[in-house]
Amino acid sequence: MALAGTAVVALLLASPGPARAQQETGLRIEIKAHGYGIPELTVPPGTTVTWVNHDDDPHTVTSTGNVFRSPGLDTDETYSYTFTRPGTYEYFCTLHPMMTGKVVVRSGS
Amino acid sequence: MSDRRGVDRRGFLQCMAWTGTGLLWSVAGGVLSSRAIGVGAAEAQSAAASFSFAQISDTHIGFKGAANPDAMGTFEAAIARIKALDPRPAFLIHTGDITHGQKAGAFDVAREALKGTGIERTFYVPGEHDVFADGGAEYLNRFAAGRPGRGWQSFDYGGVHFVGLVNVLSYKAGGLGSLGPEQLEWLERDVAGLASSTPVVVFAHVPLWTVYPQWGWVTDDATQALAYLKRFGSVTVLNGHIHQIMQKVEGNVTFHTARSTAFPQPAPGAAAAPGPMKVPVEELRGMLGVREVTYAPGRDRLAVVDASLASSAAG
Repeated sequence: MALAGTAVVALLLASPGPARAQQETGLRIEIKAHGYGIPELTVPPGTTVTWVNHDDDPHTVTSTGNVFRSPGLDTDETYSYTFTRPGTYEYFCTLHPMMTGKVVVRSGS
Repeated sequence: MSDRRGVDRRGFLQCMAWTGTGLLWSVAGGVLSSRAIGVGAAEAQSAAASFSFAQISDTHIGFKGAANPDAMGTFEAAIARIKALDPRPAFLIHTGDITHGQKAGAFDVAREALKGTGIERTFYVPGEHDVFADGGAEYLNRFAAGRPGRGWQSFDYGGVHFVGLVNVLSYKAGGLGSLGPEQLEWLERDVAGLASSTPVVVFAHVPLWTVYPQWGWVTDDATQALAYLKRFGSVTVLNGHIHQIMQKVEGNVTFHTARSTAFPQPAPGAAAAPGPMKVPVEELRGMLGVREVTYAPGRDRLAVVDASLASSAAG
């Protein structure tokens, strides 16, 4: 699952004008069955990532380094964060800490 | 040690307050001789009366998912079930996930509604749903103000030592329920002076035994806590979190997880993930419930009786 998610994103980024295309279509991470749909994601700076919770349980998107922190997301609620600086951003759900994910922000990616 | 004494003294005063009430109630009921519970914590060791208390868990105030379109209704049914218990439980224990999303007012809704049980005193421990949004600030302010530590507590009642542990305040990425070194140290000191013959009841939200680590249904440092309790002849551990009844006996320790009043969860590994489980509407109330625990002096094990909400609905 992790590999598949990464592969899909890599394809998206390989297409022309990746940053603009992402802003228009929105780069979404679906939260389902207590998991982040794309557990590992690499994006260029300036990318906005939106998480959507499809579970009946609330979830959060909470950066381990206190960079970003969503409120509790009820069913169908979303949270967006724009990554401006290069770096590796690990995050987890404060309700279900088994749920973890990572966004890598890299120039020229 | 001075901290612990402070807790004990406060606990003692609280016990005195309840016993006063209990005594009045007993007189009014005309059963003073058989239910002479006019003993404080200091004499608790020699108390010879049996008593019961009730456990409610995972009320998830604010839940609106498909697994239970009327979670407030089933909560009310649970309260009615507890109110109907005879004899009346000495107190109530709530083993966490009081609220679902820690939304404004949810704690008040729970506390107000629980007055309907007719039971004067409720002891709370938090679940992760009560602390995830603010790291526990609101919960601790409401339910643990003035106590040392971060919400953990102990008290004596009727010869039984009760310990409420908090294992949801140090959730880390990839982690599990955890008590933490400060609380473990406190627990060691808290039980150090007790005779091994003292029955001990421990209550906490996440199970203190390994139910299913893949879903986080375990407390990573529970083994250390249980080591401090090993010498006791009777230890009863009451948990919530998994929304279903499971039991395990390990030496002198008996573990019991409780039902929720809001929604059931799948059996360990029976679904892709834990979380609210939708069942046929006619089965729902049978999977929700409350618990009565009775202590009788001289018996090694406390009697744990689970009642589903299906039976109260019929009655």
